[in-house]
Amino acid sequence: MSLLSVDNLSVHFHTRNGIVRAVDGISFNVEAGKTFAIIGESGSGKSVACYSILGLVPMPPGRFESGQVMFQGQDLLSLSEKELRKVRGKGISIIFQDPMTTLNPFLKIGDQLIEPLRQHFGMDKKQAWQKGIEILEEVGIKNAAQRMNAWPFEFSGGMRQRVVIAMALVTEPEIIIADEPTTALDVTVQAQILKLLKELQERRNIGVIFISHDLSVVSDIADEIAVMQSGVFVEKGNCDSIFNAPQHEYTRKLLAAVPSEQKIHSYDADEVLIRVEDVSVEFAGAKGLETIKAVSNVSIDIRKEEILGLVGESGSGKSTLGRTILRLLEPSSGKVIYDGRNISHYSSSQMKPLRRQVQMIFQDPYASLNPRMTVYDTLAEPLLLHRICSKKELDETVFALMDSVGLARESVLRYPHEFSGGQRQRIAIGRAIATKPSFIVADEPVSALDVTIQAQILDLLLKLVEEYHLTMLFISHDLGVVRYLSDRIVVMHDGKLVETGSVEDVFDNPSQEYTRSLLNAIPGKTLLSTEQVQSTGDF
Amino acid sequence: MNSTQHSELLDNIIRGTSLWEDALYRLRQNKLAMIGMVYLIFMVIICLLTPWIAPYGYEEQNLRLGAVPPNAEHWLGTDTFGRDMLTRILYGGRLSLLVGFIATAVALVIGVTYGAIAGYAGGKTDNVMMRLVDIFYALPYMIFIILLMVVFGRNLLLLFLAIGAVEWLVMARIVRGQIQSLRQQEYVEAAMSLGLSPAAIIIKHLIPNALGPVIVYTTLTIPNVMLLEAFLSFLGLGIQPPQSSWGVLISYGVETMEEYPWLLIFPGLVLTLTLFALNFLGDGLRDALDPKASKD
Repeated sequence: MSLLSVDNLSVHFHTRNGIVRAVDGISFNVEAGKTFAIIGESGSGKSVACYSILGLVPMPPGRFESGQVMFQGQDLLSLSEKELRKVRGKGISIIFQDPMTTLNPFLKIGDQLIEPLRQHFGMDKKQAWQKGIEILEEVGIKNAAQRMNAWPFEFSGGMRQRVVIAMALVTEPEIIIADEPTTALDVTVQAQILKLLKELQERRNIGVIFISHDLSVVSDIADEIAVMQSGVFVEKGNCDSIFNAPQHEYTRKLLAAVPSEQKIHSYDADEVLIRVEDVSVEFAGAKGLETIKAVSNVSIDIRKEEILGLVGESGSGKSTLGRTILRLLEPSSGKVIYDGRNISHYSSSQMKPLRRQVQMIFQDPYASLNPRMTVYDTLAEPLLLHRICSKKELDETVFALMDSVGLARESVLRYPHEFSGGQRQRIAIGRAIATKPSFIVADEPVSALDVTIQAQILDLLLKLVEEYHLTMLFISHDLGVVRYLSDRIVVMHDGKLVETGSVEDVFDNPSQEYTRSLLNAIPGKTLLSTEQVQSTGDF
Repeated sequence: MNSTQHSELLDNIIRGTSLWEDALYRLRQNKLAMIGMVYLIFMVIICLLTPWIAPYGYEEQNLRLGAVPPNAEHWLGTDTFGRDMLTRILYGGRLSLLVGFIATAVALVIGVTYGAIAGYAGGKTDNVMMRLVDIFYALPYMIFIILLMVVFGRNLLLLFLAIGAVEWLVMARIVRGQIQSLRQQEYVEAAMSLGLSPAAIIIKHLIPNALGPVIVYTTLTIPNVMLLEAFLSFLGLGIQPPQSSWGVLISYGVETMEEYPWLLIFPGLVLTLTLFALNFLGDGLRDALDPKASKD
């Protein structure tokens, strides 16, 4: 018998703009020792589906329209809040996405860890503390006894996620809901956490519901996969059938959106546009703390019209380097030479004429647009500032820009919050190319986007690079994306340059240990290989 | 800036809803705030029209009449000099509201400018500027205002300036905090990478986004200022008879409270209602401008 069986579950939200069918008649079973994965893009209803089971969706505006959720012989939907509280944590626990915000910064790790034990089992403090130490050891935290007394901020992201997993496990639940548990983590850490989850699951024979937007992550761990779109499971099946014989249009689209290597970009490799010579960037620490060296002694050449991929994990200094090249930051030592000019210490007035030639695209399209400016104002701003066109031509130029980044002209007077993430990124890209720059730094431009949107934006970037003869520094932590887009790759780690080379060299024949470990951590290698086989097929 | 000249496209253009319009929508849903707003608009109009609609002149005395309770001729009664209370309250409202609005405007202009510059500059500049605010804040403001009044004499303009000069301190702090956190936003960095000047960034990108809390604080400052004026007048430092403000009327009413209670009740009532209205509106604006902070 299944641990959990969900039958025809529907959750609708009644809002002032009408009814939103967040979850619309889904059914699934979770078996002991198996992983059931729900795949979907943001807004597909995957989180609502799981949270509603535990009564964690506010009702109203939410409402169960139909369904039965059987767990331990009772229908969870019919339980009172008080009864549900006994199920939460004890029977079913949740691992949330962002380990930086799930832990209470004002409580010691140990106190947070034993809270559910005291709550659900009425253990005394000593007993619970002992149990906490054991569980921390189990999730791979060294010196567990001492670490129990540590504060959350003393842990790195990966370690925090281990603690969060420990918190989920400490009550020995039968089912764990893991909601994008690795999305906020670096790729090498992600690999460790996935491995840990898998081990724990086997050892303890728990059922796991794994929610993710990332097919490649799921391909490594799932036994059964459901693909969710607009509140409905469009396809459900085992790993093999989903990846090798997808039935539904949308599943195929998702699979096709996983970037693989197929690039059409070509460039002249001779001329150097930007030369970075032995650049270091230091940040003064707070009083009493030493200065932080974000970038140390990095030298790279960026050639005209190439796409240079800059890869590194968080804290590797890749964004700092990008901003230094654009002179949004000043290098502490070394030189940044743009088109023969040493701009390392240019004042902002000296930089101003150059600003129209160098632009930046940011990671988060929700933060990089001024929420109080319409598309028109946003795009017109650089045009007017750098006198790209006369006032008379302004409207035409703005419309032309919208055309080239694929935005509908009708929406010219809309505000950023009225667009989806992908469209917002298009606006941001439009702003960056408005001045017809020759060099663009793209800092993780697709990592905040859903996979299918990701593919569209990458293609847009490629198209623009060709059209405008752009040189681009493409910063990303996602090796798959970098591989898809770049001509050459630079790998950074701890502020230092690790490896430089062509895409083929770095991927197929990495010379450095660190690069190898990065490559090994890429999830979904099985997926990539099956896809390469498939690519000759009927896709 | 818009694109009216392109009429063939204009038909299809979808007008977006700005965050301001969105906030206005939410404000309209808030009954209490709307009542407050309607009351305030009504008060302002009445006070503007006072010279034409007031039944008597504000200096018109009728010593023989003396203080009489409300009656058909004098709806709100008369004071000890036989002056019509309704008239005096209306004229008082003109001054009270004027003080409220102008002093707040003074505070707004100084505070927003000062706070925005400090917040944007950061580092040492910010430190010096904000310590200066701290020092001003530590000075007992009553003494400051009294000193100003004593040195420069009682003067309406000076009263506005003095009150404004006290109230801008909090405004500067609020704006500075807002600007500081907005500065970290990527769209500000984007504006820098476009080559916008600091002034343009502050005016176009930072201040419009910092205005929400400023507007809320403004509506809450106006009643503060009116109270302060009432208080100063009560102490004899503000507006002096025969000119009247609500504060003056209340202070006079207090003296004669036992014999002629209507001299205190009516001006007190009007002032209280106005303060209520402003506070309701301020609360409503806070909820409307920051929907996440309110309960639903």
